[in-house]
Amino acid sequence: MLDTGPVPSAPSLDPLAPVTLVVGPEELLASRAIAATVAGIRLADPGTQVHRLRATGLEVGAISALAAPSLFGGHVAIVVEEVGEAAAGIVDELRGLIAQPADEVHLVLVHSGGARGRPLLDAARASGAPEVPCPAVKSDRDKIAFVEAEFRRAHRSVTPGAARALVDALGANVRELAAACSQLVADCEGRVDDTAVERYHRGRVEASGFDVADAALTGQAERALLLLRHALAVGVAPVLVTSALASGLRTLAKVGSARGGTKSVDLARELALPPFLVDKARRQLPGWTPGGIAAAITVVATADAEVKGAGAGGDPAYALERTVLAVASARSTSPPR
Amino acid sequence: MSVWDDLVGQDEVVAVLREAARAAHAGATAGMTNAWLITGPPGSGRSTAAVAFAAALLCEDLVDPGCGRCEACRSVRAGSSPDVTVVSPAGAYYRVEPMRELVARAAWAPSGGRWQVIVCEDTDRMRGPDLRWAAANVLLKAVEEPTARTVWVLCAPSTSSEDVLPTIRSRCRHVGLRTPSTSAVAELLVRRDGVDPSMATFAARASQGHIGRARRLATDEQARIRRRDVLALPTSIAGVGEAILAAESLVSAAKVEATELSEVRDAAETLALRQAFGMEERRRAPTGAAGALRDLEAEQKRRGTRVQRDALDLALLDLLGFYRDVLVVALGADVELVNAELADAVRRLARTSTPESVLGRVDAVGACRAAIASNVAPLLAVEAMVLALRTG
Ligand SMILES: [Zn+2]
Repeated sequence: MLDTGPVPSAPSLDPLAPVTLVVGPEELLASRAIAATVAGIRLADPGTQVHRLRATGLEVGAISALAAPSLFGGHVAIVVEEVGEAAAGIVDELRGLIAQPADEVHLVLVHSGGARGRPLLDAARASGAPEVPCPAVKSDRDKIAFVEAEFRRAHRSVTPGAARALVDALGANVRELAAACSQLVADCEGRVDDTAVERYHRGRVEASGFDVADAALTGQAERALLLLRHALAVGVAPVLVTSALASGLRTLAKVGSARGGTKSVDLARELALPPFLVDKARRQLPGWTPGGIAAAITVVATADAEVKGAGAGGDPAYALERTVLAVASARSTSPPR
Repeated sequence: MSVWDDLVGQDEVVAVLREAARAAHAGATAGMTNAWLITGPPGSGRSTAAVAFAAALLCEDLVDPGCGRCEACRSVRAGSSPDVTVVSPAGAYYRVEPMRELVARAAWAPSGGRWQVIVCEDTDRMRGPDLRWAAANVLLKAVEEPTARTVWVLCAPSTSSEDVLPTIRSRCRHVGLRTPSTSAVAELLVRRDGVDPSMATFAARASQGHIGRARRLATDEQARIRRRDVLALPTSIAGVGEAILAAESLVSAAKVEATELSEVRDAAETLALRQAFGMEERRRAPTGAAGALRDLEAEQKRRGTRVQRDALDLALLDLLGFYRDVLVVALGADVELVNAELADAVRRLARTSTPESVLGRVDAVGACRAAIASNVAPLLAVEAMVLALRTG
């Protein structure tokens, strides 16, 4: 899970209530509400046991067992997600727990909104359970309001133009929007304006498959790993990383075997490559031996098979991390051949 | 000419299939099985055998079915019989949805003939990239409870559990084709395609029993030139840059070959579809025509990728044949060379390398074939291979 931003200072509701409701479709807000509630309980008792469950697939009795008083006492927080999807038996069990709350046991019921499982929510509300709404952040208006709230939360403010610019650029993903807000809060002082947003965009870590490949091919293993994680987090497909690595190494091999004195334009024509790629390869070549390039290509070919599922049950992210490290270390450390 | 004549050097299989077709015509259900498995190495004529069998089942000659002259025989061989469906995976492997449709269609009664025959080529491709037999499991249900008038003919390289889902294999009657001998293939090329005998012998030997490949080598000079270039790889590539360039030209040669193979068929299919919609006569396209043409185009594109992969695989088989020759010479075995015309290069490489290093290269080619079969970018797989084949 991505960083959900700093945990807000204790919410206005009572975290020590026997039942807390977190209701609505916006996952980011829901995970913040859960974190805030659990943090509030922990504030009262640092030894609180925290359990996170999904209502789907639970066996009847499992929640009650966790809620049963333990020999050693202490608070227990039980977060139950997807209560809207719970089977009838689980709903009955939860209703029982709501009707007869146990001391020092705190239920956090997470519901994604909609009509399913509504009676359970109503029963909890009737018992006086506090509720954190997590409404969808859908329209541009919602998103601008969300950005403004983010800054308010950090005791900062944002100009309307800057909020608008952020939503225009990153509005497709609420988590990215939140990440940008917290980055801006950390990076600049005072009221956040258009100029700050523009500066933020320029300094943003670009992470396409090609950026990962460029870092690996210049031997920057750490940076390559960082970019790789970033790229995968924003949804770059693993095959795009292997193909970018392959194409970078391919160009290195071709340019590396050309006679030294050839002009870039001439070499570009000879190899049917765009001149800027030839120049880039020439900058990347120092440190590479032919044997190193050969070894790296072999590693990438294996990784391509792995990310395409040849090794069933494999983990593409892990395969890519190993590959990026192997490519970066094939540079300089390989025997000439 | 009977439908069995295209099956060269496969007398035993022909006898079994012929007898089964005869029994089917005689109404003896005892001799008839609704699911057949035909195995044999690539190019040995699995699909040819399957189609011949289908023709014999529908043939109008009840005494010696498979006459090759009647309307039924001719339409099956031309691929235009409504009662015979030949399917192959559109991409690297069979997908589940089309397989479901096929199984649903198998439940229909045959349109006019006594039997409906469904031929599935390459059952080894019923395994998805996740190594699960998703499509095969859909087919399994149909094979387990076959419709009375439907005959399934499945084609696979072998009966191993890599090539066919074991639960399917156990429900099929199995016949195995052998690799046809060089002389049988050469004889077919002379008789059927009118190829000059010495060219036929060369092509039969070079293709190692792959009939379609032999025909192409015998009749297409470009195919011979491409093969010669591929076989120059083992003795000519030393540098890394060279290897990368050689990999690129190997892959693009396969692309050219695949395009040549697909072009004619694609154009014929497109024309037939346009005619079916009356678009050749009228100016305005009727409703549904645009969608159907788009579907056909997408299908052709998927098939094109597959044809390209297959063309590349044939080049890799040529390389394997070359290294086999090198091993044969290095070990001093008295066996006919596949690449007799390259005997000098073969001997030179045999002198300068150990059997272990030759086997290492055989493994590299095998790994490349496996990688391409599991959807690795072909160029990348071939690059890794050529790098491993470098001399020195
Ligand atoms: Zn006939």
